[in-house]
Amino acid sequence: MSKIREPLDRRIIFLLVFIGVALPIMIKVGLPIETTENVEMVYDLVESTPAGSPVLISFDYDPSTKPEIHPQAIAVIKHALKKKQKIICMALWPMGVKMCEQIFNTLEEEGIKPVYGTDWVNMGYKSGGAISLKAIGADFRKVFTQDTNGTLVDDIPALHGVRSLQDFKYVMSFSAGVPGIKEWVQVGHDMYNVPVSGGVTAVSAPSILPYVNEQQQLTGLLGGMKGAAEYEFMIGVPGTATQGMDAQSFAHLIIIILIIIGNINYFYNKKILALEEAQK
Amino acid sequence: MKIKIPLLITFITGLIIIVSEFIPAQPFPKISTDLETWVMVIAGFAMLLGLLSLFKVNILKIKFKVPNWQYSIITLASCAIMIALGLLWGTDKQVGILGHGEGIQNVLGVKPFDYLFNNIYQHLAATMFALLAFFIASAAYRAFIGRTAESRLLLIAAIIVMLGRTSLGSWLTGFLPDGSFFHLPNLAGFIMKYPNTAGQRAIMIGSGLGVIGSSLRILLGIERMWLGGK
Repeated sequence: MSKIREPLDRRIIFLLVFIGVALPIMIKVGLPIETTENVEMVYDLVESTPAGSPVLISFDYDPSTKPEIHPQAIAVIKHALKKKQKIICMALWPMGVKMCEQIFNTLEEEGIKPVYGTDWVNMGYKSGGAISLKAIGADFRKVFTQDTNGTLVDDIPALHGVRSLQDFKYVMSFSAGVPGIKEWVQVGHDMYNVPVSGGVTAVSAPSILPYVNEQQQLTGLLGGMKGAAEYEFMIGVPGTATQGMDAQSFAHLIIIILIIIGNINYFYNKKILALEEAQK
Repeated sequence: MKIKIPLLITFITGLIIIVSEFIPAQPFPKISTDLETWVMVIAGFAMLLGLLSLFKVNILKIKFKVPNWQYSIITLASCAIMIALGLLWGTDKQVGILGHGEGIQNVLGVKPFDYLFNNIYQHLAATMFALLAFFIASAAYRAFIGRTAESRLLLIAAIIVMLGRTSLGSWLTGFLPDGSFFHLPNLAGFIMKYPNTAGQRAIMIGSGLGVIGSSLRILLGIERMWLGGK
């Protein structure tokens, strides 16, 4: 009988991952959160922007990536509101409009009640990706003639003085793909020289990181839930990302343990096969 | 003529856009801006086209009772219900054809569209994405094997980044002095900032050159696949 070890049943792996994610959510572990340079850059950008400045936040994601990106957007918006900046929301993804609405509804439930039209406004979805960004860059009011409630741009106090992209102090894109943060860098920063920053999912962060460079094409980047947790830590308001970090840490640990078991099995089986070959 | 005219339009339009990037004098910026506005309008219609295509494909599946045709009924019904609810009572603060639907809001707490979005769509979408964690764990166990020197290097880098990008990494090497290179978040940061960025830039430059090449082929009429040819 061969001594070859069979691989672990997939159901056991799934069960381990489930336990690893579920337990830390139920039992708080409270692992430390350490800030990184990229998140500090985003924080500094928001922190250094004067009160009353119009800032553009683009919701370029949908509910599938909400657990990772939503906490980033909430943390940044809370910070911007605290600094009394005027938040202009828009979306390059159709569902982004709902994400924006949900955030401000959540803030209202938490007792943060910015005045619609004065402190923030939702301009809605715009199709066309990079092309619409170019048009926004040239003339914001030509692309967005009214907000999602049908109020004309001239009647929205938050938009007073906003004519083009260059009138925004920064652009923050919360992005889960295309169109998203890459397009904002190419148009917002590279064409109109507006500071661009934002957040992406952990899996897409490596492909966006090259834009965080000496030219500051991107002014920092929030990567996944970790980025959101770091931002929450910096503004001193723990949220869902801080809660989720323990679960993510344990899920990663389980995956690493599984990789180690897989490798031990592989080398063990290789050795057994070699011995069996030699015996033949 | 059926081929030459579209090719000519493509060439002239592409040329105007390229020229407008280098010559900011009129009429190029105006033509370029107008063309960009057209793209936004066309992109809007593309969504409508997608919707019509979705209905056509699924109606045909139901008509010819192809395997799993029952799911097409669910797709079409879901789509139709969401469109109808959005049109009738709007979403959030936006008004619909029948107003805000205060009566329904009193029962559901929110508008019908928002109710279905918040309680069904959102959770289904998040679930699909969350399932990745399980499949990645299973795939990593089976495929992430250090067979060669390169794969071992990749394996070590992956483990460092996986630990360094979580709170666990900070905790595990928290005893090291501040700013230590071997502190896991710092080590992960180094991997992400230098080897990863170098590799990503090489890919980006390569794909960028590829895009320029493909665009030129289309503009010059060498590449004609987009015309429906072979």
